[in-house]
Amino acid sequence: MAGKDLRIEWRSRVTTHQILPFAVLVILLFGMALDPDRGILARASSGLFWIAVLFCSLLAIQRAFTIEAADGGRDALRLSGLDPAGVFLGKAAAIAVQLIALEIVLALGVVIMYGAQITGFLLLLATCLAATAGLAAAGTLYGVLAAGLSVRETLLPILLLPVLAPVLIAATRAFEAALGGVAVEGWPWCGLLAIFALLYLIFGTLAFGTLLEES
Amino acid sequence: MESVIHLRGAVTVLGRFPALAGIDLEVAAGEIVLLRGMNGAGKTTLLRLCAGLLPIVRGEASVLGHDLTDRHQGRDLRRRVGLLGHATGLYDELTVTDNVRFWGGAAGAAAVDIDAALVACGLDGALADRLVARLSAGQRRRTALACLISRRPELWLLDEPHAGLDRDGRDLLDGLVRIAVASGATVVLSSHELERAEALADRVVTITAGTTDVSVGAAEESFLVP
Repeated sequence: MAGKDLRIEWRSRVTTHQILPFAVLVILLFGMALDPDRGILARASSGLFWIAVLFCSLLAIQRAFTIEAADGGRDALRLSGLDPAGVFLGKAAAIAVQLIALEIVLALGVVIMYGAQITGFLLLLATCLAATAGLAAAGTLYGVLAAGLSVRETLLPILLLPVLAPVLIAATRAFEAALGGVAVEGWPWCGLLAIFALLYLIFGTLAFGTLLEES
Repeated sequence: MESVIHLRGAVTVLGRFPALAGIDLEVAAGEIVLLRGMNGAGKTTLLRLCAGLLPIVRGEASVLGHDLTDRHQGRDLRRRVGLLGHATGLYDELTVTDNVRFWGGAAGAAAVDIDAALVACGLDGALADRLVARLSAGQRRRTALACLISRRPELWLLDEPHAGLDRDGRDLLDGLVRIAVASGATVVLSSHELERAEALADRVVTITAGTTDVSVGAAEESFLVP
């Protein structure tokens, strides 16, 4: 499932040609809006980075389920005999891989354009991995819930953004510690992200099949 | 003969509304049954019900020995059926081979089964590596058929399978159906290509407003002529 989704993305280039430029544009616009005081920009860089990632997550999740909505893909998935837990983990993994790629580019953008200084590389890496796992797991779960509805494009952000608020807060705090702060203060936030990801991975593995059937 | 499909007073729901007004149907192993009826009569709904995609809210329903009133059994059934519907379930951004490999592989098909399915549907050669987005309607249909064949289903459920196919494609499909039945599969199809479909079928079942009127043996003689 993950390989199939990534192959589709590789061929369609939606992530590289649409979501990535959107992410860079968001970072650029934030930079232009806060340009008069680069000090503010550097201090806000963690939050701005994760807001950009959050927006990109919505697009990536929408895209992951648009693929299945076309030409009876959802029924075909139900008929396929694939384990729903495997479908959930595969789709979440594919979303996570795309988000990691986006985060690498965005991180470079934040360092170059906002002048952010990395002081805790390991914390930065762990935060990215834990937050991405949480975004992908929760996103896949709510993605399949919204995918069965005719108003899915508008409903998904409304459903998902409040759920992802803890990820935004914890990842921002951890990044603040990793970007010029005291790294040790960021690890509890990183732990919180890991717990969030683990909970949604477990919940998604159990509930995805029912949501695929019922929604 | 063993009953592959047994429906008695079966009622399902589409959204919040009941569909199929207590339908009765018996299909024996190795039969080819044609569902005939006007648009909206319930042919597609009946095929989806037999695939385990719709819940049974009243009556008896058993397919390949799975009791469809138990939702878990309905899910287990799906591995054993192949449904070719109006929608193909194909991914436009993948090649023909990628699609057959994915859907066949999901059902545990080996590489040799996938290659055989591509050849059987005339999709080997240059077409195998073509993106599905660049296929004609008929080629898409053949690709969906190859996905179905690679899964080696025991029960074929074909919803308007001749639609979009040219004459060669229709002949190919009919031949594959006969081969599948000779190998022990059972086939239920709906088609508006009545002359061709009746020639293929052992039996015709007419659906009127969600109920069945069974015409036994309507096409038996025709079936004997390849």
